[in-house]
Amino acid sequence: MTRFILSRIAFGVLVLFLLSVFVFMLFYVSPSDPARIIAGDKATEELMAQIRANLGLDRPITEQYVTFIGNLLQGDLGYSYRSSMPVSELVVSRIPVTMSLVFGGMVFWLAIGIPIGIVSAKHPGSVRDRLGQGFAIVGISFPTFVLGMLALYLLYFVPTKLGFMLFPPSGYVPFEQSPLQWAWHLLLPWLTLALVVAAVYARLTRGQMLEVLGQDYIRTARAKGVDERRVTYVHAFRSAMPPLVTQLGIDIGLMLGGVIVIEQVFGLLGVGSLAVTSVAMQDRPVVIAIVLLGGVFVVVSNLVVDTTYALLDSRVRTATR
Amino acid sequence: MTILLDVRDLAVDIPTEDGTVHAVQHVSFAVNEGEFFGVVGESGSGKSVMVQSIMGLVPGARTSGSVLFRDRDLLSLAPEQLRSVRGREISMIFQDPLSSLHPQYTVGWQIVEQIQAHEKVSTKAAKARAIDLLDRVRIPDAAARFDAYPHQFSGGMRQRVMIAMGLSLGPALIIADEPTTALDSTVQAQILDLLGEMRSEFGTTVLMISHDLGVLSRVADRVMVMYGGRRMELGAADAVLCGPAHPYTAGLLRSSSFNREPGTPLVPIGGRPPSLLAPPEGCAFRDRCPDAMSICGTKPPVRHYDDGTEVACWLESTPVEPDPPVLPPPSLLASPDDPIVKVDGLRLTFPQRRGEPRVVLDDISLEVRRGETLGLVGESGCGKTTLARAIAGLVAPTAGTVEFDGAPTGNLDRAQWRDLRRRVQLVFQDPFGSLNPRRRVGSIIGDPFRIHRLASGAERQAKVQELMELVGLNPEHYNRFPSQFSGGQRQRIGIARALALNPELVILDEPVSALDVSIQAQVLNLLDELQRRLGLTYLFISHDLAVVRHVCDRIAVMEGGRIVELGTADEVWNDPQQPFTRRLLAAAAPEIPREPRDRRLLPLSVAGAGQQPVSGHPADRHAADRIAVEVAS
Ligand SMILES: Nc1ncnc2c1ncn2[C@@H]1O[C@H](COP(=O)(O)OP(=O)(O)OP(=O)(O)O)[C@@H](O)[C@H]1O
Ligand code: SF4
Ligand SMILES: [Mg+2]
Repeated sequence: MTRFILSRIAFGVLVLFLLSVFVFMLFYVSPSDPARIIAGDKATEELMAQIRANLGLDRPITEQYVTFIGNLLQGDLGYSYRSSMPVSELVVSRIPVTMSLVFGGMVFWLAIGIPIGIVSAKHPGSVRDRLGQGFAIVGISFPTFVLGMLALYLLYFVPTKLGFMLFPPSGYVPFEQSPLQWAWHLLLPWLTLALVVAAVYARLTRGQMLEVLGQDYIRTARAKGVDERRVTYVHAFRSAMPPLVTQLGIDIGLMLGGVIVIEQVFGLLGVGSLAVTSVAMQDRPVVIAIVLLGGVFVVVSNLVVDTTYALLDSRVRTATR
Repeated sequence: MTILLDVRDLAVDIPTEDGTVHAVQHVSFAVNEGEFFGVVGESGSGKSVMVQSIMGLVPGARTSGSVLFRDRDLLSLAPEQLRSVRGREISMIFQDPLSSLHPQYTVGWQIVEQIQAHEKVSTKAAKARAIDLLDRVRIPDAAARFDAYPHQFSGGMRQRVMIAMGLSLGPALIIADEPTTALDSTVQAQILDLLGEMRSEFGTTVLMISHDLGVLSRVADRVMVMYGGRRMELGAADAVLCGPAHPYTAGLLRSSSFNREPGTPLVPIGGRPPSLLAPPEGCAFRDRCPDAMSICGTKPPVRHYDDGTEVACWLESTPVEPDPPVLPPPSLLASPDDPIVKVDGLRLTFPQRRGEPRVVLDDISLEVRRGETLGLVGESGCGKTTLARAIAGLVAPTAGTVEFDGAPTGNLDRAQWRDLRRRVQLVFQDPFGSLNPRRRVGSIIGDPFRIHRLASGAERQAKVQELMELVGLNPEHYNRFPSQFSGGQRQRIGIARALALNPELVILDEPVSALDVSIQAQVLNLLDELQRRLGLTYLFISHDLAVVRHVCDRIAVMEGGRIVELGTADEVWNDPQQPFTRRLLAAAAPEIPREPRDRRLLPLSVAGAGQQPVSGHPADRHAADRIAVEVAS
């Protein structure tokens, strides 16, 4: 098991290294000039040369890269071209917002998606199944921003017009400051995110459960006199779980790198909205940092998934013991 | 004798996309307390559906009739009451012990769960009982194996676990659905012995389904023969098996290879079972029956013999013995000078994580002669399949050489490799695992045509349907999925696929062990016919010495990666040299003697009033009425 985890970590590090080379190269070949961005349109050629020298942009790319990695390993990601703030500070300040959004949303999408999937699979073809399927289709086919706007309209705009405020339209209150306010502000984004993602989980759960419920060992469990609830949850859902864990790991890893649309719609200053502004403004160090951060999240969540997967499967677990 | 399970007029309908499957049609029988009751019948005859619906285990099934068990009708019990019967009063043991145990829980956990589903006992006490049970079904070192997972056990041990689990609450009735079919013949014998022992130790009644008449003749007290969802014959085991009164039972016995002299062609029952979607009006067996008469178009009555045998048939005399089919003369005579495969000093080892590499094949030298059938017998895990794969060029030997048709199979270029793939075909043993569940059967069988770009479109479909006909599948089922076929039907799909390209050497890896006898006979005869006509060579792998003796010219006996004995079929069968060969022989099914019966057919009108108590429903005072009704309906 330890060997397995160590090899996965080594692999992850390799992936991150390749990713860093890749983004670095991408910016090197891009036509825009950072000096121009920093100094503005009216800057003199002299000033721009000065800036380039300061940033080390006049040196060969390999040297630039080595300096970059050296600094990175010391936790120094450079300064934002726009705000002149340290990039690490800028990015780190955005992480709690995105994490709150993603993990809170996860609780909701699992709580909505999995039960729908299970009920559908238990009664395939029934009215409940068709309702669940319909829900999944709506969730999958509606663009996220439409759902977000709809939620805002129904739960913020309409109540406000009627004279009371059900939910705040936007903003973020740190958890440490007031857990209640934190949740209240995030509820609409959570629900919107959950509606979009739950559909995927409902479908996945339904498909997995249908397959597992047809297995011989489920029949054995019933023949043993195990009650139906236990058959569903202890026997069937247990076997349906691994693919769900995989999907969850992938989703979480990707979303922690920024939930762009929802952050934009609800005015949450998370990693996603930072990414949008930084790309628009050619803020190279920030974009590189966000890409690498996203990479780290994906690698870490994959590691967690693989480990959980191994722990969930008796065959893998006993083979590596 | 008291009746434990009284099934009356049970009918089971399963709605499907294609229409309603009438899987069981008005079957009645009674199982007496303490007896070993056998149910035999072809694949798809509704045996499994029948016993599973008794326990309410067929999802979506509509049942009618009644199943009386200890004064309750199981079919009308509330779910919670039925649940408390399942596993506590009636246990089930299923065919495939690997897929029937949950892969993610330990075997101990699964036994404890069953105990705790019905009794309020501490986990510790339940665990002690589970270990005791594992010990009693002779799992070595039971306490340590309690925490093992099913995949860490061999097939035989898993079935022992299933039996231990089935016995855990001392049920009155154990229903075993083909409990030994997936196992080696030596292990089969052990499991049957174990079941018999447990029956006397626990005083349990056993209802066992099998498609193997040899197995039932060893263990059953009474036997019921099913066909097309209906009951054909019912009576004492020796009466039914040694002197069958129903043409179908007689046909089954004729097509059993263990029951025929080697060299004599088997007499298969032609055709295939009736569709259960639209069951025929009259006798279900009519279009395959050599005795069929015009009256058979109406539903046959249940006739009673004075020895207690009950038969659903119009025939009043002993069934006729049709002549065996005439096979074409062989187009090729095998001779020692013309080997198609030459294996010399073959050795195959697999590296292991630590320590010595594992020797799978050890210094094997043999020749397969062009046109012969060479049998390869041995228990599972002895290396039969690996040897077959090495001969097919699918695994490279560690040492030694394999030659196919004079050319070493070592370094082949792409074209030669493709050619070899076409000339050597394999038929695999696992009818469940080797078929992709998401693909339609027609496209699975059509694979070889597609891969080798030989036919497409309507032409391919026609060829595939021809093959389906050949192996006894209904060509109308072209668009079905593998899961919609019964266990036996699935195996035929694999055979059809391998026969598609008329290969030269066919490696048959347990090709008929999952089939029931009438289809076994059809397939064995079919293989024989193809061999004679096309000069095919077969390498026939099996754990069942009886089948191998019947079909093979020579037999190689394998044990632990070596060939311990090699000789003509007669030599090996009649004069085995090695103790291992003798063990295999002892486990092979015995021939069932044919005994002319001295018995009297009771006239229809007095049958009910007369000789009832011996079988059927001894305690049923209304038997006479019911028979009258059965005849009338
Ligand atoms: N769940 C199901 N849905 C639809 N049809 C089914 C289902 N299960 C079984 N059948 C059909 O019912 C018939 C009887 O099947 P059953 O499994 O009882 O046969 P069997 O006698 O046990 O055969 P085998 O010897 O192959 O196990 C077959 O035609 C089969 O295709
Ligand atoms: S009723 Fe007729 S067709 Fe059916 S088994 Fe008897 S003789 Fe054959
Ligand atoms: Mg069956």
